[in-house]
Amino acid sequence: MWLDATFFYVFALMTLAGAVMTVTRNSAVHSAIWLIVSLLGVAGLYLLQRAEFLFAVQIVLYIGGIMVLFLFVIMLVNLDMAAKERQFNGQAWVALACVAVVGLELGYFWMKGAGAFKLAQPALPKAMVMGGNTERVGDVLFSTYLLPFEIASILLLVAVVGSVVMAKKRI
Amino acid sequence: MVPVTTIHYLALSVALLLIGTIGVLTRRNIVVILMSIELILNAVNINLIAFGRQLENMAGQIFAIFVITVAVAEAAVGLGILIALFRNKETVQADEIDLLKW
Repeated sequence: MWLDATFFYVFALMTLAGAVMTVTRNSAVHSAIWLIVSLLGVAGLYLLQRAEFLFAVQIVLYIGGIMVLFLFVIMLVNLDMAAKERQFNGQAWVALACVAVVGLELGYFWMKGAGAFKLAQPALPKAMVMGGNTERVGDVLFSTYLLPFEIASILLLVAVVGSVVMAKKRI
Repeated sequence: MVPVTTIHYLALSVALLLIGTIGVLTRRNIVVILMSIELILNAVNINLIAFGRQLENMAGQIFAIFVITVAVAEAAVGLGILIALFRNKETVQADEIDLLKW
């Protein structure tokens, strides 16, 4: 039990520290590297929640795919000049007010929901029964959620075509 | 040590969401704004998986997969738009792109 808690706090610290550094670093490359730390922490949390398939997806797709895309664009778009400029716009107070309001709202629902959902009890230690996590994900994904799955593939096709059209000089 | 409950994951998710929101609202660099949006989507995923575990329902993980799909599409199109924008305006600062400003 204490091992579980230790790993949770380590991964939570990675996630939050990486997120704060991502938002505050001047250089976009540093931001990207810290974002990788944050995403690794989230991947660890998935593993703690016994979502092994999503752990693999997080590593392969986010850290291997999206972050390479980000770094590629950072290299393509010359950001050296941008790193020397002012990094924050003049909306810090508006942003903090928005975040405070949203935080209070979420905290309120959190307090209210804790009783209704009985969230205070520890999460059940037993693993998902009957087969591995990937098997269960595939089973549900290709039966109950087959139509959303196909729609998601169309969305990806549209995104691929759209990004090529956007990034190409002359079509 | 207190055992880790679902409420811990929800608290972490709220913190991550708020950090991402601050990033979106205050940064000028569009690349960093897109990264902050990724942070927000990750916060949502933590929430979905924590609830899926709590209720012993696979729908949480399935929805997390769909959220990741949308995040990939968003990143690809957003970075494509950024490249087109940089080619035309030679800037990546969000507040210098003010064509629609009155």
